[in-house]
Amino acid sequence: MAPPAIRVENLVKRFGDLTAVGGISFQVDEGESFGFLGPNGAGKSTTIRMVTGVLRPDAGAARIAGYDVRTDTDAAKSEIGIVPEQFNAYPDLTAWKNVMLAGELYGIPRQTRKSRGTELLRSFGLFERRHTLATNFSKGMKQRLMLTMALLHDPAVLFLDEPITGLDVESQHLIRERIAELNREGRTVFLTTHNIAEADRLCDRVAIINRGEIAAIDTPDALKQTIERTRAVEVSFNEEVTLDTLAAFSTVDAVEKRGDTIRLMTPDPDTVIKAVVNFAQEENLTLRSLQTLGPSLEDAFTALTEARQ
Amino acid sequence: MRVRRVLAIAKKDIRIYYTKGPVLISGLLLPVFFFLAFTMGREMAGTQLVAGLIGMTLWFTATSISPVIAPWETRDGTLERLVSAPITVVEILLGDIVASATISVSITGVATAILALVLDVSIANPVLLGVGLILAAIGFSALGVLLAAVPTDQTSNVMMLATLVKFSIIFVSGIFVPVADLPSWGRVVAYGSPLTYLVQTTKYGLGTGDSAIIWLVGLLFFFIITFSLAVWVHRKTLPKRL
Ligand SMILES: Nc1ncnc2c1ncn2[C@@H]1O[C@H](COP(=O)(O)OP(=O)(O)OP(=O)(O)O)[C@@H](O)[C@H]1O
Ligand SMILES: [Mg+2]
Repeated sequence: MAPPAIRVENLVKRFGDLTAVGGISFQVDEGESFGFLGPNGAGKSTTIRMVTGVLRPDAGAARIAGYDVRTDTDAAKSEIGIVPEQFNAYPDLTAWKNVMLAGELYGIPRQTRKSRGTELLRSFGLFERRHTLATNFSKGMKQRLMLTMALLHDPAVLFLDEPITGLDVESQHLIRERIAELNREGRTVFLTTHNIAEADRLCDRVAIINRGEIAAIDTPDALKQTIERTRAVEVSFNEEVTLDTLAAFSTVDAVEKRGDTIRLMTPDPDTVIKAVVNFAQEENLTLRSLQTLGPSLEDAFTALTEARQ
Repeated sequence: MRVRRVLAIAKKDIRIYYTKGPVLISGLLLPVFFFLAFTMGREMAGTQLVAGLIGMTLWFTATSISPVIAPWETRDGTLERLVSAPITVVEILLGDIVASATISVSITGVATAILALVLDVSIANPVLLGVGLILAAIGFSALGVLLAAVPTDQTSNVMMLATLVKFSIIFVSGIFVPVADLPSWGRVVAYGSPLTYLVQTTKYGLGTGDSAIIWLVGLLFFFIITFSLAVWVHRKTLPKRL
């Protein structure tokens, strides 16, 4: 059996006192599209940079197609295409020269470089602009250029660090389509995002990462349900009410008292709000405040992390 | 070591960094002004003058951009791209040296031809002169690359260090005064400087002096030692740039 496209074991990275990645493990199969979903500072980029051989981990190991990134570096790196978070093509080279350089660094023969470069630039709508300096490109064009460069050596595994974030609508659409297409062609895709909808759209499986720890790995649908469950209605009345009464409302999963306000966890805030209003009328209570919360990724991360411990 | 990847790095360097103005300015104007300021009103033999100018031109051109490539790439994030590609530190640094040496030898070669014409100095042994220039160019470029190992993304930091080193070495290298005329302690210092070796081989190439081989060997050793040191230090400091 072929080794998994990506295999990460107990990877750790510390920056001074901060543990950016705290010993994570996961595996991505060949041809799979895998997402890393997490808030800012979760350790997504740090993980990618370790797995792709840019950063040296403090502990643990990463393998690409069976090659250890630290000991079989060249073999592992040759299998990888990377689109990092920050633009890192040469700003003072034209798009074409950047693409050719990318090919040379991976030892791609001249003819292949040229034909693949042309084909890829066309597919990303950059061919007409190939003689423009990269520095003069818009954000979306820069991102498309980096994808072109990442694909020139025909890598089996593609790493994309927040590939869609901050792009114009047209580029977003194009890049999303191409990612899906590359995955359909059999390439393994690993991408990071802090957008659940994005992960849902593009990934077969998603790992939720928070503070350097993986809280859960599941299908986007299952995770979405978990996240939906973090919806809540917050209410406060002019008098004390018994929590049990509120907990009995239909669709309420749990009730928490937080100072003067009461939080009712529910996947369906609409029903609960109506019930609360009815209840207030019947009991002749005054509603001081009433609001809906979530669904919140942050809460989902916390819930998942707590559930795991 | 894969020659193609080294050349890919060198080509990229030449395209990006050497098409910018500073090389020409610090490589050509500086040595000329510097030299004139010190030689004005002094009697100097033709070959000493020409050898000194050639030495300084190569010295300045080979050490002008080589120290700032790494900080530059750190700042632009392109270093991360190189590090994630299947290419080794040795290949990257060699590429930088090849680029720097190519440019500096070309500029110095043209300068030498012009000087020889204008000052009516004949070049007795052009092959040896050329070999000396090339060996010196890779050695001096390796020195520049070594200085670039300071883990910073500010070119000005490295420039300052480089300027300090560049100018100190000029003064101890038998450029303004033939080494033979220096006091004994001065000679000891001068013989430690690779620029002295270049001036000596150049003088021989121009038809004076009695031997060049020892100076050529000196230049070769300087390259080997400096390059090994550069690789060692870069391997240590590279993670701090990422
Ligand atoms: N080179 C570094 N030096 C010091 N701290 C770092 C470094 N790189 C990352 N960190 C810290 O490590 C933590 C994880 O950062 P990382 O960039 O991996 O997060 P991320 O999940 O990619 O976040 P974002 O969504 O903002 O890109 C953060 O707290 C960050 O400040
Ligand atoms: Mg990130």
